[in-house]
Amino acid sequence: MSVRLAEIVMACVMAAFSVYLMWKSAELNIGWIEDEGPGGGAWPFWLSAVMLLSCAGIAWNWWRRSTPLARSTEPFIGTAARGIVLQVVVLLTVVVALFDVIGTYCALFLFMLVYLAVIGRHRVRIALAWAVTTPVVTFLFFEIVIKVILPKGVTEPLFYPIFRFFGMGGI
Amino acid sequence: MVEILALLADGFGIALQPLNLILIVLGCSVGLFIGAMPGLGSVNGVAILLPLTFVVPPASAIIFLAALYYGAMYGGAISSIMLGIPGASTAVATTFDGRPLALQGLADKALITAATASFVGGTISVILFTLAAPPLAHVALVFGPPETLALMLLAFATFVGLGGEDIWKTIFSICIGLVLAAVGTDIVSGEPRLQLFGLTGFFSSINFLVLAIGIYGIGEMLWTIEQTAKAGGVSMLSRATVSVRRALAHLRGQLALWKATLMGSLLGYFVGILPAAGATPGSMMAYGVAKQMSGNPDSFGKGNPEGVSAPEAANNAASTGSMLPMLTLGIPGSPTTAILLGGMVIWGLEPGPQLFVDEKAFVWGLIASLYAANLFALLLNLTFIPAFIAVLRLPFTILAPVIFVLCLVGGYAPTNRMFDVWLILVFGFVGYLLRKLDYPLAPAVLAIVLGPMTEPALRQSLLMSGGDFAIFFTRPYSGPIMVIAIVLLALPLIRHLVRRYKTG
Amino acid sequence: MKVRMIASLLGLAGAVMAPFAAHAWEPAKPVEFVIMAGKGGGADKAVRFIQSIIAKENLGPTVLPVNKPGGSGAEALLYLKGKEGDNHTLMFTLNSFYTTPLRQPGLEVDIETFTPIMRMAEDTFCLWVNTGRKDGEDINTFDDFVAAAKAAGDKWIMAGTGKASEDNLITDFLNTTFGLDMKYVPYKGGGAVAKALAGNNADSTVNNPSEAQGFFVAGTVRPLACMTPERIGLFADAPTMKELGHDFVYFMQRTVVGAPGMSEEAATYYQDLFTDVFNSGDWQEYRKKRALVGDPLTGDDLMEYWKREREIHRGMLDKLAGK
Repeated sequence: MSVRLAEIVMACVMAAFSVYLMWKSAELNIGWIEDEGPGGGAWPFWLSAVMLLSCAGIAWNWWRRSTPLARSTEPFIGTAARGIVLQVVVLLTVVVALFDVIGTYCALFLFMLVYLAVIGRHRVRIALAWAVTTPVVTFLFFEIVIKVILPKGVTEPLFYPIFRFFGMGGI
Repeated sequence: MVEILALLADGFGIALQPLNLILIVLGCSVGLFIGAMPGLGSVNGVAILLPLTFVVPPASAIIFLAALYYGAMYGGAISSIMLGIPGASTAVATTFDGRPLALQGLADKALITAATASFVGGTISVILFTLAAPPLAHVALVFGPPETLALMLLAFATFVGLGGEDIWKTIFSICIGLVLAAVGTDIVSGEPRLQLFGLTGFFSSINFLVLAIGIYGIGEMLWTIEQTAKAGGVSMLSRATVSVRRALAHLRGQLALWKATLMGSLLGYFVGILPAAGATPGSMMAYGVAKQMSGNPDSFGKGNPEGVSAPEAANNAASTGSMLPMLTLGIPGSPTTAILLGGMVIWGLEPGPQLFVDEKAFVWGLIASLYAANLFALLLNLTFIPAFIAVLRLPFTILAPVIFVLCLVGGYAPTNRMFDVWLILVFGFVGYLLRKLDYPLAPAVLAIVLGPMTEPALRQSLLMSGGDFAIFFTRPYSGPIMVIAIVLLALPLIRHLVRRYKTG
Repeated sequence: MKVRMIASLLGLAGAVMAPFAAHAWEPAKPVEFVIMAGKGGGADKAVRFIQSIIAKENLGPTVLPVNKPGGSGAEALLYLKGKEGDNHTLMFTLNSFYTTPLRQPGLEVDIETFTPIMRMAEDTFCLWVNTGRKDGEDINTFDDFVAAAKAAGDKWIMAGTGKASEDNLITDFLNTTFGLDMKYVPYKGGGAVAKALAGNNADSTVNNPSEAQGFFVAGTVRPLACMTPERIGLFADAPTMKELGHDFVYFMQRTVVGAPGMSEEAATYYQDLFTDVFNSGDWQEYRKKRALVGDPLTGDDLMEYWKREREIHRGMLDKLAGK
């Protein structure tokens, strides 16, 4: 995909999103209520309308080829970078999906291990060291010091003794 | 005057007790780290640690929390500069020039500038606080919705020109930020609004941090990963160095920034006093004004240290300023002070106008501790700069996943919602694509911060006046602010149109 | 002292904690305490206060407040509904506990499925005006208020906390009962409402006493009448609505609710825990200072109370919508 093509595709997607937002805003009153001022939907509706207008402006510039992006025939994401960006995007999505299943800490362990060993091509020993340290430090800082409980999924019972040790549950 | 100094001396007697000194040190340190985490700011820090403060007397408890508040304000700049992710809304403006400085290998300069400006801002406003607390509090009280709207417009006005080359993309960015800010519940009609795609997660409004972490954290990191891959593995992040000689040179360089720092301090203090406003609009206005005052406005956004010192001075000044209506009137000037007010209830104090009369030791102990907390936060910050720089020197393939972890966990922590983590990913991926197409995204982040304060102010005012816009111009405070805001808003637009007309 | 303090600031206090009374069931991890409102509001303050009492008196395990203010409490209700069978999730409720499911049937939230734990208090409402009004008029009694509000028509501004909220229902009652046409301007929370009145950006409010108290002590605002069965000790001069000839009483519940399908042992544990909190000196002091009333209610009594209150609110909402 060239940059020029990406430019118009993005403008179209954003225009469609603007129309959706306008439609959604119109569930509330988008007009002027006598003695009260604008209705509940007016603010997002008219701003979404301006978004749509901006998309039209972007498309117009694209048509006239008046911006550098609208003229560029270079690939949108270069071949050198496409692989790694895609890998990171997929990895992040999988890890977040795992938060609720195997718990934040196991997910973070896998994330660090895969990222360092596969994407970063570090030695397994270094990758393992970071993969173990990261969840441990995260746990100590978040759950023990500032008391923010992160999702644990099926691993939750494993944490009961730790909470008991720190006096945060049970006796 | 003599009376004030006597009270202040008593206050120092309290603040410098060993227990309270330890608490100041502890509060600043914890605050610095909480503030430096992307996602967590002073609000979270104070809310989380508040219930643990019952073990000490009230004066010590508030000293601890105020030190934490201060530490977090200093810390917010650290993630803005080092990672480009604003740790809290108050540090958004700091990213605009702090980040470019870091990318130029001048992270140490940016951090030192932020620390000293925060110190100056904090100290100036504590002095103003000491001298003129009660009379100013009255102004805070008469500030109603019309005045808030005028102030918001002023905050918007000073940000014109932040956008990119393509005016349409800038307008798009501002509008999408404002529309996203409208998600949740319409406070005037009480109806659910913009519950996108029927997802229950959109019952509540989109936290500014979700958009900021998505765009600046995930999106910006993806962009950096791509650039690094393109450049054959040379990262943009790890050029930072620090040495004593460089640090001293940077410290000397602070003197040249006095105008921006002083302006930021004063502006921040006065905006901070106003309820509903707080440090966020204060720091943004300071950035805008510094840019207008500067002889070289075009260098802003490209790493001008004045663009760091003005907002940092302002947000620290404002955090002190916002304690004024809290102590004198019992009304919060910022979300953080709202929680501190809750704290007073826990400690058995009655916030409100009588506090200054009945609880002298508490009030003046707090004021005195602010002087000490400021000084300590500065020293702590300067000491830690080499450590922070060392983090930047990690190999990029280690630093990047660590930042991702901070973003995901830090995005979850303030609200305890997995939904927000998913939103961060979506905003990050879309933000990355938009950034590649030169959409300026800073205006969207600003808009989602200011939007939730602007729209209710507009509609409450119109309800008050029965739909008559004259209300914005006929009131003694809102009228002048409104006129200034409109002039500032119109100026660059006219300039832009003239330039366009001239070039055909 | 210092050592103990630092330890607890780091969250380690519990490590040396004395074991508390044995129960059939004990929490195995920190308990999540959902608040149906935002940070800094009345409910939020109460929960953080309760949290500090539990920690201070070593009554139980760590309690972690989580704010879920979205959709007038809809977010919190749905969250709790989704926690079916969970023994570690509690919620602190307001009256939006009744009104939000009634106004948004699409949520499919049935409050009868939730586990009743304990009603900690009922908050009261009074009618407030500014003592130094911009027009110089001095409003001293409820009759003065009715006369002035009638004369001002829809120029009279009543500030409150959101459409269909408790404040709005009371305003509606005043409007219909006394033939007034006050304009209702919603603000984000009770504190903002009190401030709007003190700054003369509104003509009257129906704040909870705790919200207006600071300004009352300073002499900026004045209570004219209270929606209580008996006069409130702190404002002995303000008559009840009943004394004024209108049998109108309105409370805001401050109640602890458990997730649906919570085990009986867990429910008993929490009822005991909150009974201890209720009986603590700090909570009694808090109730007195904040002018809170209402006896503790648990179990089936609490459920009956909910059902009764829900019907009352259904009637009020119907009237509000029918206007």
